[in-house]
Amino acid sequence: MADKILKELTLRVWRQKDAKSKGHFETYKVHNISQGSSFLEMLDILNEQLISENKEPVYFDHDCREGICGMCSLFINGRAHGPDKEVTTCQLHMRKFHEGETITIEPWRTGAFPVIKDLTVDRDAYEKIQQAGGYVSVNTGGVPDGNAIPIGTDDAEEAMDAAACIGCGACAATCKNGSAMLFVAAKVSQFAKLPQGKVEASRRAKAMVAKMDELGFGNCTNTGACEAECPKSISIQHIARMNREYLCAKLKD
Amino acid sequence: MTVLDSKIPEGPLAEKWSKHKATIKVVSPANKRKLDIIVVGTGLAGGSAAASLAEMGYNVKAFCYQDSGRRAHSIAAQGGINAAKNYQNDNDSIYRLFYDTIKGGDYRAREANVYRLAEVSGDIIDQCVAQGVPFAREYGGTLANRSFGGVLVSRTFYARGQTGQQLLLGAYSAMNRQIAKGTIKLYDRHEMLDIVKIDGKARGIIARDLVSGEVKRFGAHAVVIATGGYGNVFFLSTNAMGCNGGAAWQAYKNGAHFANPCFVQIHPTCIPVHGDQQSKLTLMSESLRNDGRVWVPKKKEDAVKLQKGEIGPNDIKDEDRDFYLERRYPSYGNLVPRDVASRAAKERCDAGFGVNNTGKAVFLDFKYAIDRLGEDTIRNRYGNLFQMYEKITDVNPYNEPMQIYPAIHYSMGGTWVDYNLMTSVPGLYAIGEANFSDHGANRLGASALMQGLADGYFVLPYTIGDYLANEIQVPRIDTNAKEFVAAEKSVSDRLHRLYDVKGDLSVDHFHKELGKIMWEYVGMARNEEGLKIAIKEIKALRKEFYKHVRIPGDFDAMNAELEKAGRVADFLELGELMAHDALDRNESCGGHYREESVTEEGEAKRDDDKFLYVSAWEYKGEDQDPELCKEELKYENIKLTQRSYK
Repeated sequence: MADKILKELTLRVWRQKDAKSKGHFETYKVHNISQGSSFLEMLDILNEQLISENKEPVYFDHDCREGICGMCSLFINGRAHGPDKEVTTCQLHMRKFHEGETITIEPWRTGAFPVIKDLTVDRDAYEKIQQAGGYVSVNTGGVPDGNAIPIGTDDAEEAMDAAACIGCGACAATCKNGSAMLFVAAKVSQFAKLPQGKVEASRRAKAMVAKMDELGFGNCTNTGACEAECPKSISIQHIARMNREYLCAKLKD
Repeated sequence: MTVLDSKIPEGPLAEKWSKHKATIKVVSPANKRKLDIIVVGTGLAGGSAAASLAEMGYNVKAFCYQDSGRRAHSIAAQGGINAAKNYQNDNDSIYRLFYDTIKGGDYRAREANVYRLAEVSGDIIDQCVAQGVPFAREYGGTLANRSFGGVLVSRTFYARGQTGQQLLLGAYSAMNRQIAKGTIKLYDRHEMLDIVKIDGKARGIIARDLVSGEVKRFGAHAVVIATGGYGNVFFLSTNAMGCNGGAAWQAYKNGAHFANPCFVQIHPTCIPVHGDQQSKLTLMSESLRNDGRVWVPKKKEDAVKLQKGEIGPNDIKDEDRDFYLERRYPSYGNLVPRDVASRAAKERCDAGFGVNNTGKAVFLDFKYAIDRLGEDTIRNRYGNLFQMYEKITDVNPYNEPMQIYPAIHYSMGGTWVDYNLMTSVPGLYAIGEANFSDHGANRLGASALMQGLADGYFVLPYTIGDYLANEIQVPRIDTNAKEFVAAEKSVSDRLHRLYDVKGDLSVDHFHKELGKIMWEYVGMARNEEGLKIAIKEIKALRKEFYKHVRIPGDFDAMNAELEKAGRVADFLELGELMAHDALDRNESCGGHYREESVTEEGEAKRDDDKFLYVSAWEYKGEDQDPELCKEELKYENIKLTQRSYK
């Protein structure tokens, strides 16, 4: 099936030289974009055009281009990953846009993710939260047989629902409070549903929440915007489960 | 010519690894603390190796070009991971997994390495379960399995269609635990651009900080390359945009042999190319072939109507559909290995039976499975893949068959390593897809994850000790040594050579041109004439590249074009080596298909008399032809037969 061609689009793109510089919007026109192209392929075309004019191309994070690595992170027309549900930016296709449209493209906007260039932000804060406790403390080797730990399908499925998080940062970028609760809850909840995670459950919940607070993420007011914009539809039920884990842990202190 | 010593231990196959482990040297805990190891790449192989080595007590410096260790392209592996657990009681065993892998690899892999891989496969599952990887479960709580191509048992473990993601997050979490302890220092947004050798041994790397643009030196007692494959030499592939052959290529230029470069895997089930604006291809997991049936129309006129968009697939009656895999390969049917399925699709499309406007697509149909099992069952098994397909193509695969076509997916070839996973440079190791040893000429589905984790969790952490035990007297490596200064300068010069061209064409322009040459002449079907043309055209394109490439932006800053230019410069050399290798190997085996070597039935014809060897290429200098070294393959346990899936 041949796709339709969008003859002209106007792009308002956030340009910022580096972390220290002040940014601004630049306006560009792109032409003859196939609706079968992905949003990032449209940006590739913009960049080719800029290179041909000997201008610096727009720097944006991307890698797998199939919606799983979590690298791409664009705020498009005021929405994380743009105007489609359950997609990352790389899975967003141009058929979601119409002829002559003006598209505004920004980086994630939240204090804990500073812009480092153009549309690229530093998500190191997410790394630090994972390092604070997002693991089961087992060394390589000396573990029991896989089938020695039976896990019911419902628990395994719920753990998998949480584990599907790709760490893109859309939740925190979308949240009016700049909260990372959905991201942290996804990890805490995954382990809370599994017997392997139980041993360290208290320590994990406390350590990850403390690190999140320390790094300047806001708090959760149950608006649910994170869930609505999460490309993997991670449910805010996991936040409830994390709160329970956290409360139980604190009560034992 | 260099003689390559594979260092395969003596003794019966089943005892080699345990005997070897028992006899190699170990390093004491006190000494491990004094030893530094650099691991480049944080995918399944690199991540698992970095975590395991740090747990053992070594100081690890890990590098990745992404902004987090969790984003390496292992994350995109969908279908599963093999292990010889025999949980399904279908008479699976270490030997059977070993045998399937050797046969699937078309008898071009090393027996001893593959047996070891099968041997540790079960431990991988145990390890991942202990880390909290949410594998699919049966109602009784035991682990579930499914089947993949090229085998007759059910040994593939999976976490929905996101197995790679879940396994990588397991390794990543193990790394995070060590980062918090300070035993791993992670350098994200860093790209390795050279190896530093001192007195012939690998002692560090030169890497570019992709944020500041600074070229930096890092020292270590050993260096591990875990940077994946080089499929992006074709421009369009299922690899991530940043995947590159740079680390392996620098290893090659520093004296490590590059083995079997022409062995690349073309995956049969990818979403077809949509047009000129395409930047990469998306894989649809092989697991889909468990329940999907592959077909094209029987009648040419139906195919023509499909191509013109006059009819849809559901307008074609069952009796007018050619289920060509079931027809040609009745015993394996839709689950033949990848190379066989890919060539069969190409054969039908070349004959004019392609089903879309480009004529380069076949159907993968779930109607029959949905009729048999219900839509809910299919949704449970493949829901996320179906969603992904619909997002990309705007077609709902529950109602209409998927369109698929083969695409470059994986490289079986890679840096040559011995049984200890050491390259021909002492102290330099290569693991995972970056090495060559386990998949021969074709990799079976769900075996990449297995090999990456086998190398990283269970092989390298032991074998590297055998080398490092002799290095305990060596103090921390001084990065002010003249070798580091020289290597840093050579990297800066190389980058400047690209940056200073200030030409008129983008890096992508050259990458796409290279991709066209590679796909045309070094793709699914190769012949002598075409390969010679490819070598000539790549040489010419390389010259053009250094005359016309344009890299805007600052040199000492974040600069995506400069990053890409370095990678494409490597590909422009690697592509030529692939063509040399394909030209030398005048036989058809696995993913390498020479039109001159075909049976009467049109199947690939291997030539064991002439080509029962690993082609290990040695670098001879810029614009010099590489030299071929041969490692003879000895099959002591398996009888070589012509592979048949009929």
